Amino acid sequence: MTDEAPAEETALPDEKREALLAHFSESLGESLVESHLQPHEDLWLRVTAESWQDSIRTVKSAGFEYFGFLSAIDWDIAPEGRYEDTEFDSGLEEEDDEPVEIDNSTGHGGGDSRFQILAQLYSLSRQVGLILKTDVGEDMTVETIRDVFPGADWHEREAHEMFGISFRGHPTLQPLYLPTEFEGHPLRKDFPLLARQVKPWPGVVDIEEIPEHLEAQLEAEVMAAFEANGGAS
Amino acid sequence: MTTLLALPYWQETGIKLGLALVVIPTTSLILVYLFLFKMMAFMQSRLGPNDTGPYGTLQLIAEAIKFLQKEDIHPAQADRRVFRMAPVVVLASTFLLYVVLPAGPDAVVEDLDTGVFYAMAVSSLSVLGILMAGWASANKYALLGGLRAAGQLIAYELPLILAVMGVVIQAETLNLQGIVEAQATGEIFGFGGIGNPFILTQFLAFLIFMIAAQAELTQTPFDMPVAETELVGGFHVEYTGFRFLLFFMAEFGTAFAFSALASVMFLGGWWIPGFDVDDNILNVLGPGVMLAKILLVAFFIFWVRFTYPRLREDQLQKFAWKVLIPLALANIVLTGIFKVVF
Amino acid sequence: MTATSDREQMAYVSSQAADARVNVELDTGDMTLNIGPQHPATHGTLRLACRLDGEQVVVAEPIMGYMHRGYEKLCEVRTYPQCTTLINRIDWLGSFANEVPFILAAERLMEVEAPPRAQWIRTILFELSRVANLALFLGDMGVQIGALTPVFFAFRDRERVLNQIEEVTGGRFHPNFDRIGGLKDDIPKGWVEETRSVMVKMRTFCDEMEDLLVGNEIFQARCRGVGVIPPEVALGYGLSGANLRASGVDWDLRRDANPGLAWDQVDWRVWTHPDGDSFARYWVRLQETREATHIVDQLLDGIPSGPIMAKVPRIIKVPAGEAYLSTENPLGEMGYYIVSKGDLGPFRVKIRTPSFNNISIVPWVMKGVYVPDVITILGSLYFILGDIDR
Repeated sequence: MTDEAPAEETALPDEKREALLAHFSESLGESLVESHLQPHEDLWLRVTAESWQDSIRTVKSAGFEYFGFLSAIDWDIAPEGRYEDTEFDSGLEEEDDEPVEIDNSTGHGGGDSRFQILAQLYSLSRQVGLILKTDVGEDMTVETIRDVFPGADWHEREAHEMFGISFRGHPTLQPLYLPTEFEGHPLRKDFPLLARQVKPWPGVVDIEEIPEHLEAQLEAEVMAAFEANGGAS
Repeated sequence: MTTLLALPYWQETGIKLGLALVVIPTTSLILVYLFLFKMMAFMQSRLGPNDTGPYGTLQLIAEAIKFLQKEDIHPAQADRRVFRMAPVVVLASTFLLYVVLPAGPDAVVEDLDTGVFYAMAVSSLSVLGILMAGWASANKYALLGGLRAAGQLIAYELPLILAVMGVVIQAETLNLQGIVEAQATGEIFGFGGIGNPFILTQFLAFLIFMIAAQAELTQTPFDMPVAETELVGGFHVEYTGFRFLLFFMAEFGTAFAFSALASVMFLGGWWIPGFDVDDNILNVLGPGVMLAKILLVAFFIFWVRFTYPRLREDQLQKFAWKVLIPLALANIVLTGIFKVVF
Repeated sequence: MTATSDREQMAYVSSQAADARVNVELDTGDMTLNIGPQHPATHGTLRLACRLDGEQVVVAEPIMGYMHRGYEKLCEVRTYPQCTTLINRIDWLGSFANEVPFILAAERLMEVEAPPRAQWIRTILFELSRVANLALFLGDMGVQIGALTPVFFAFRDRERVLNQIEEVTGGRFHPNFDRIGGLKDDIPKGWVEETRSVMVKMRTFCDEMEDLLVGNEIFQARCRGVGVIPPEVALGYGLSGANLRASGVDWDLRRDANPGLAWDQVDWRVWTHPDGDSFARYWVRLQETREATHIVDQLLDGIPSGPIMAKVPRIIKVPAGEAYLSTENPLGEMGYYIVSKGDLGPFRVKIRTPSFNNISIVPWVMKGVYVPDVITILGSLYFILGDIDR
């Protein structure tokens, strides 16, 4: 557990992660749908939803015993965008040569469904982490992994209330953060953000202008301070 | 003993009542309070109590006003009558303690023949008030605090009394004035230059007494009944304003009274070691001497309070029953042997 | 399986607590005690619904969300530079350390690297926030156990560190100083010497804490053997930071997964303790605070010269991609999983906070302990409410 190769040398092949990828392509077999390796950064493995729990078990038995987190992604494009004030945004587009392009892919490892579950695990002996993903089907249900990692319990509860994903075998999928009577799943992209609907966000340019009636006064104050300092410094 | 003044019974009683009800508790409270404020602020590098006003005196006034202006709240589910009575019962036990504390050869409210016995008895009355407060508040934290207080006070009453037994055996009297006399006229193995302050011959008893007193007073490390970070104040969690102030006064009044008991029984009370002073002068000097000794003892009580963390309830019980009580019993046996042999 | 029946019991406790009938039934059986949301030991608004048998806890279930601010959702509707304002407020005692992993993750996606001087100053400020954060823990643990004095010392000495942070960043609590590609400003003149003298004072503070608490018999009696977490359980629950290392797991992201900050340039060690109890957690944090002051000292000696900002466009657009980056924050592993779609703001940010995982072990570790131990364990696990609720 001493010195690791410095991360800057991106030109070198990432042998540690490549070996891992080769290992898991074999041991996960059919369950592994797609993978993505970002040299010296991270390794993504996408497995089938049916094999989610088994894959986690396999990965854990390969030494990935440290549970980082479990979460979900909604790949839909939010209908409201980022609620930005169109006036400001359009002003920016002119300044900037290339307009913002929304990438419609579904991230590293790809995906076919709107929702994805991801879990991050570490192998302490290898000093390397990896991210497992799976698609959530129409029934919005995957198997729970709290029997494999007890720490996943709360993370699954959170994913349940935030995205509406059910975890088969999880006994207490009560809301964790939200009040019991709360309706909807806030982290879904189609869940409206009320505050923004009421008042649009100025976007990149969020400098508040000085009110006109104060402008002259402020200027005078600044000048007075400038002169008091001797004018120079 | 000669009497300084000969007064009719009713006048004497009036003076004594006035002293007991007004002078002693108030002065002691203010003294202990200032002492607590200043010393604690110094030890914990708090700014307020050392900086507000001249010598930080305004802090005291600010605290008093704060307590008085607060609203008197009763919890909806509380047993109102018991809830109101509880702080008075606790304070009454403090007042009763002051009755027997001697401050000079004649400067005592009531010189009871069984003073020690009486002091021990009334000091444990306060647990009734605490239990009442804990139960009547209809709050689970208060209830837990009240029950903890009951368990703790009963466990520590025993070593307290057993520790005092050593002193009683040596002084051959239950009278507090008699104990002071015994110390003034006593000798340590034939050497009588400084009399016999029992702290020298009864050092073990003194230690046990101080530890048990610390527990009786619910001061850290034995402050589980109030335990701010666990029980949010324990039995007095629901009390506000003046009612809370009564508990507060009782806490420091009792601390003062226990320091006084310790200085009477172990440090020689109003008597100045090594000096043979006339009784009449001692009646005047006595209170000052007492006060000095009391402050010394109180200093140790609060020093420990600000330094130590809190024990756990089961650890406290184990300490009382498995360490303090056997030690106190051993001390009685030793004292008895020495008494017979010498 | 017993686990299921335990869960059922917990569900029962939660439903009972939800009724908020705290003061009503006082039967002779088990008693439900709500610790929090307004309780001095919960550092904010955590609520523990405890089922007590006498003073013994049968089950304890944390109930939270009283401070849920929806940061993950809010980050989705902000630009990258605007996100750091929110992120500052997750673990409010070590704010600067919160910004770093987010900025580093964004930098990784943009393939930008901050100049060495910026990385170096980042590391210094990171370690300063660690000292400030852990100093408060070291004192606060005393209050949880019942010793009042240490916390006052902690507040007094933490202020010195906060002053140093303020001098550079302009903010005591929420610096908002880290930028994609570097830092907002350089360090002021004379700051290095001042910081060095503050570090000496902080080491004195650590010694004081060692004398006041670690060496105290009562403190040891209260903490040793209380809330023991074996290493395999700690790993399964994803405990991180000193909680993990106190269980004997030799794992520190600063050493084992350094994302390019200056930790590999200095000489320091990772402290572990084999016991896994509350005392071990306190001890490890004490050593870490001291180690952090040494790290700062060494870093101050070797700040490289050069610019503090890399060349980045004025309007920051992060190319499409995903990145997970975490650092060893004062509380533990703080990580950000950023999904970008090439927009001005992140598409999705998952904030992996240390306290969330650290507190999820509470129902497991608090079975059968006494009420005072509940406080000891909560104190020694060390959580910040903003860090749990986000």
